[in-house]
This record gives sequence, structure tokens and C-alpha cells, in this order.
Amino acid sequence: MKNKLRSMAKSNAFQSIVASLLCIIVGLVIGFIVLLIIKPDGAWKGITDLLKGYFKYTSNPNKILEYFSQTLIKAAPLIMCSLSILFCYKVGLFNIGVAGQYCVGMGLSIYAAIAWKLPWWLCMLVALIAGGVMGTIVGVLKAYRNVNEVISGIMLNWISLYLINILLKMVQKLNISETRDIPKAGRIPALGLDKLMGNRYASIAIPLAIIIAVAVYIILDRTKFGYELKATGFNKNAAKYAGMAEKRNIIITIAIGGALAGLGAAMLYLTNFQHWETDTSSVPSMGFNGIAAAFLGGLNPIGCLLSSFFIQHITEGGAYVDKMTYSSEISDLISSIIIYLCGFVLFIKYMMNKKIARSEEKRAASGHEEPLPGTDAAVIVKESAKGGDE
Amino acid sequence: MLLLLQYTLLYSSVLILVALGGCFSEHSGVINLGLEGTMVMGALGGALTMHFMPNLPPFLMIVMVILISMTVGLIYSLLLAVASVSFKADQTIVGTAMNMLAVAAATVIVKAVNSSFNPNNPSAELKYHEQRTAFIVRIGKSGGFEFNWFMLVTVIILVAAYVLLYKTKFGLRLMACGEHPQAAASVGINVFKMRYAGVMISGLLGGLGGIVYIASADSMWKFSNGVLGFGFLALAVMIFGQWKPQRIALAALVFGFFRALSSVNVGIDFIKALNIPDSVYKMLPYIISLVVLALTSKKSRAPKAEGIPYDKGMR
Repeated sequence: MKNKLRSMAKSNAFQSIVASLLCIIVGLVIGFIVLLIIKPDGAWKGITDLLKGYFKYTSNPNKILEYFSQTLIKAAPLIMCSLSILFCYKVGLFNIGVAGQYCVGMGLSIYAAIAWKLPWWLCMLVALIAGGVMGTIVGVLKAYRNVNEVISGIMLNWISLYLINILLKMVQKLNISETRDIPKAGRIPALGLDKLMGNRYASIAIPLAIIIAVAVYIILDRTKFGYELKATGFNKNAAKYAGMAEKRNIIITIAIGGALAGLGAAMLYLTNFQHWETDTSSVPSMGFNGIAAAFLGGLNPIGCLLSSFFIQHITEGGAYVDKMTYSSEISDLISSIIIYLCGFVLFIKYMMNKKIARSEEKRAASGHEEPLPGTDAAVIVKESAKGGDE
Repeated sequence: MLLLLQYTLLYSSVLILVALGGCFSEHSGVINLGLEGTMVMGALGGALTMHFMPNLPPFLMIVMVILISMTVGLIYSLLLAVASVSFKADQTIVGTAMNMLAVAAATVIVKAVNSSFNPNNPSAELKYHEQRTAFIVRIGKSGGFEFNWFMLVTVIILVAAYVLLYKTKFGLRLMACGEHPQAAASVGINVFKMRYAGVMISGLLGGLGGIVYIASADSMWKFSNGVLGFGFLALAVMIFGQWKPQRIALAALVFGFFRALSSVNVGIDFIKALNIPDSVYKMLPYIISLVVLALTSKKSRAPKAEGIPYDKGMR
């Protein structure tokens, strides 16, 4: 029994979950302290309102369902952005350009739907290609011109934003700098989901995002292509030596990452849930929240589903905080603290492993327990090798 | 035309300060992507100073605002220093988080301050219309050129940064830590201390850049807007300037000019006649730096060890 517990504590998945929960708890505690500083008597109510969100409508299950599906509608693009980050991170690339890829996916899919009156699936394809092209630029610059992907990603974020503003000004409403409604043909079909979830914007985008998350998991974990990508991320030179086309892999990876982000944007904007304001002067925050979701999800596609939902939940929760005392940005504050803490995940895991190793040493020295049947050293070696690939 | 010159100089001042900040941090070996956030916090510190002490005499006002902005920027940059130097955290994640955190925190703080004065005013805006006149010296009649003390401060800091980086023991050691930290350590330089210093200097300059940005051209600021990407533009300036103070100054003038064009293009006839959307002017600096990067990255002068946490055991 004890051995089982100990090997569980050593497993990477377990450590990732503990680290993520730790980040969330510390983030919430700091958020609570900020509320205490602003106004002590309402702080507890503030933080519980934020966490409860729409679940406070306990007497009205329909309302809960409606807001729940609203969270899901916005979580779908967030899932896609986090998948984009995680996919690229496996190859050792930090795809900070996800915001720009999201931006062009959004812009071109809206334009295709309104100006060219294309059907929804073609619009999604346009978004996918647009995001992919954006990603390819980063990949080519990285592979052939040795340009750091973080820097080129940041530059492309802003270039995309301004380009899209110019483009979407052509399809904006009269006298209002906001895009027009998406025509019926351009909207993602609901196939009954809207009735089921009691929200007219609910569409097949939600299950589609979940399916894609599973697909990414399978590609990374069960295919030769995924293995090559991870090997390239591990050690570029070793992968090259083993006959893998490391340049091609870099470009393909970040192109796929861009395509995921572009598609994610189409999943939100082709439901007509939201319009783009053509005077927007900052890069959409969805991309950066995607970074949060990816790392909070322990860089695992299934973890990303949960973390994306959680981040979207507390972002929406900000609206339920008493506006007379606190501002709704408190939820942004908490989620940004959580991302900041995600930077420490490696350190937390290192400390956990150190602690386990020390307690094992102690036990071995005191001789309380029978030595494990032979395999102990082998297991440790294996585990530490495994620890590296996440 | 004078207006265009004035805005070019103001925007260039901001870019010079912040890009120099990034330059110090990167020369020590830490990539500071959190400059945008540092600017927001510095701006917040300065704006709150003007808000709470509106009756200071002009000279004291200038000194106080500059000092407090720099201090707030310094404190905020410690978030990056502690995480990336002491805990070897991923610098990209931490920098990104700092940018989001700064906007959220500044909005929360400003809203709390505003509603404590007037419960019916939960806005994220601070006004400092009267106070900012302390920074301005009008030359000629009204509508003429407005000299801003921040321009002078920027020139002084530019010269100081050049001397500090190239002519002092500290600067040369700092650069060694960004090129090859193990070699630096082998001759007795404390790499951790130097990297802390690099990040903290970038915090000082980033914070100052923030207040220069919001106080030079506007008489109020909405903090939920952050600083509209100026921190990232400064990173572009730093790259275009190849991590060298004198080139950074030139690059900042070029990029500041484009930014100024996007702000005042309506006021100038021949530019107005071209009828180019102002988004294009805003986009140009980023496109230029991307092209420059693509052409020069193979023999880039970027510090070699930037972004890599220092590990004593590595060789």
C-alpha cells in the first residue's frame, strides 16, 4: 500500500495535478488578500461570488444551464488556443504568436462569411488556413533565418491586429465600428445543441473542440509523427542525427499550432455570439489566456480541457462580484497570478522529487522496511527519464 | 509640422527609455518580455502621485513623479528577477503573466481609488490635467512647440546608459554575464547579482517610460488599456538597435516618427491627401523589425546566453 502511494507521488501526472492545484490555491489566496485590502467586510462574499459565478441561481436550473453553456461557448476557442501552445511547446517552441494567429483566423472567417457569403465550413477552413499561414511565417523564420519565435510572434501579433482592423472595416455596421451579423449560411450549425443547452449560440463548435483535444493527445502520444516532434523538442541535434527532418518538423508544428488557433477563433465568431470592434487597439487576450490554460493544464490536452473551463469560469465569475465594492477585473488579476505561478511548476516538481528521494533515503537508512524486490533502482531511473519529457 | 516633431520626440523618448531598459536586462542574460507590464505599473505610480499630490511646486512635482514611477517599476521588475534568476522559471511565461497582471492590477487599484472618493465613479481613469503642465515649457505662442522636461531626462539617461554599459567595470561585467555566464563566474563575477541588477535597471527605465508615455501626450489615462503595446514596440526598437544604446536612439527616432504619423496624420495636409489608414503607420515599425530580424538574425548581436537560466554546474 505504502509503495503504491509512493510510486503515485512519483508519477508525473500526479505531480502535475498537485502543482496546478497549488498554483490555483495560491492565486485565489492572493486574490482574497487583495479583496481584503480594498474592503475587508465584503471580501469573503466577493471571492465566493466569483467562484460560484452563475451557480448562485440555485432555484433556476434553466438559467444555470444557459450560463453554463455560455461558458462552454467561450471555452471552446480557449481550448484551441491552449492546444496550440501545448502542441508547439512539445517541440520546444513557445508560440506566443497564438494571439495573432487567432486574430487572422477571426478576421478572415468573419470576412469570408459576410463579404463572400461562404458556407460555415468553408469559413472555418479559411480561418484554419489563415492561422496556419501565420504560423508558417514564424516557423520558416525560425528554421531558416534563426529568428527567435517569441520575438517574431510578438511582431506578428501586432501586424495581424492592425491588418484585421483594416480588413474588417469593410464589413462593419453603418456608423458603428463593429462587424455586421454573420449571415445564416455562415453560422456554425447547432444540430439541436442550442435547444438542448438552452442557449441559442451553442453549436457543434463545443464538441468539436473536445474532439480535437483528444486528437491532439493521440497524435502526440500514439503516432510516429508525435514521437518525432517530441524528440526534436528534447534535443534538436540528436533528432537531426537520428535522421529526423528537424527544420521541417519545426515548420509543420508551428503551422499546425497556428491552424488550431485560427480555427478556435472561427469557433467563437462564427456563432455570432460576439462581434469584433474594428477600433480595437490591443491584441485579443484569448491568446494569452491560452498560455495560462496550457500550463495550468500541465501541458496535457485533456488537462487543457479542464483548465480552459476553469479559467473561463473565473473570468465570467468576475461579473458576479458586487460591482459597488469591487471591480470585475479581480478575476483577471487572479488568472494572471495563476499564470505567473505556472512559471514555477518545474521548481515545484523538483522540490517534490527531492522530498520523496530524501524520505526514501531515510527509510532505507533506518532499515524499517524490507528493501523493494530488486526493481527499485530501475524504477527510479525510468521515472526520472519520464519526468523529462513533459 | 511642429506637432509632428513634438510627438516624434515624445514617442521616441518613451521608446528610448524602455528599449534601454530591455537592453540592460538582455545584456545580463534575462529576456524581459514584461516591459509592457512594467510600463503600466510605472505609469500607475506616477499618475497616482499626481492624483494625490496635486499642489506640489513644479520642480518637486517633476522629481517626485519620476522617482516614484521608477521605484514602482523597480519593485514590479523584481517579480521577474526572483522568478527567472532565483527560481529558474521560464522567462517567457513569467514575462507574459507580468503583462496581464499589471493591466489587471492597475485597473483594480485605480477603480478602488476612484470609488473610494466617489462611490458612483467606478471608472478606470485617472485625470491629471493641471498637474502635467509642470512638465511642459511652451516655446513660442500657443500652438507652437511644447518642450517637455522628459525629453531632457531621456537624453541624460541615454548618455548615462552608454557610459555605464561600455565605460564602467559594472557594464562590462554585466555584458559578460549575458554572453557567457560560466566564463564570467570563473573570474569571480557573481552572475546572480549581475542578473538581478540588469533586470532591476530595466524596471527603473521601464517604469519611467510608462509615466513619460501617459503624461506626455494625454491629460488622463484609462488603465484598462494598458500602454497599447508600447512595451512590445520598445522590444522591436531594441532589436532594430542591435542591443546598442546609440543605435537604439536612432531606431527609436524612426519608430517614434511612424507612431507620431499615426497620431497626427489628420493635421497635416499632404499626409492626409495620401489617405492611408492610420493602422498602416502603426503596423510599419513591426514589419520593419521583422524584416530586419529575418535579414540579420544569422549574425545577430543578441547576447548569446539570453533566456537561459544560469546553472552553476553547466559548462
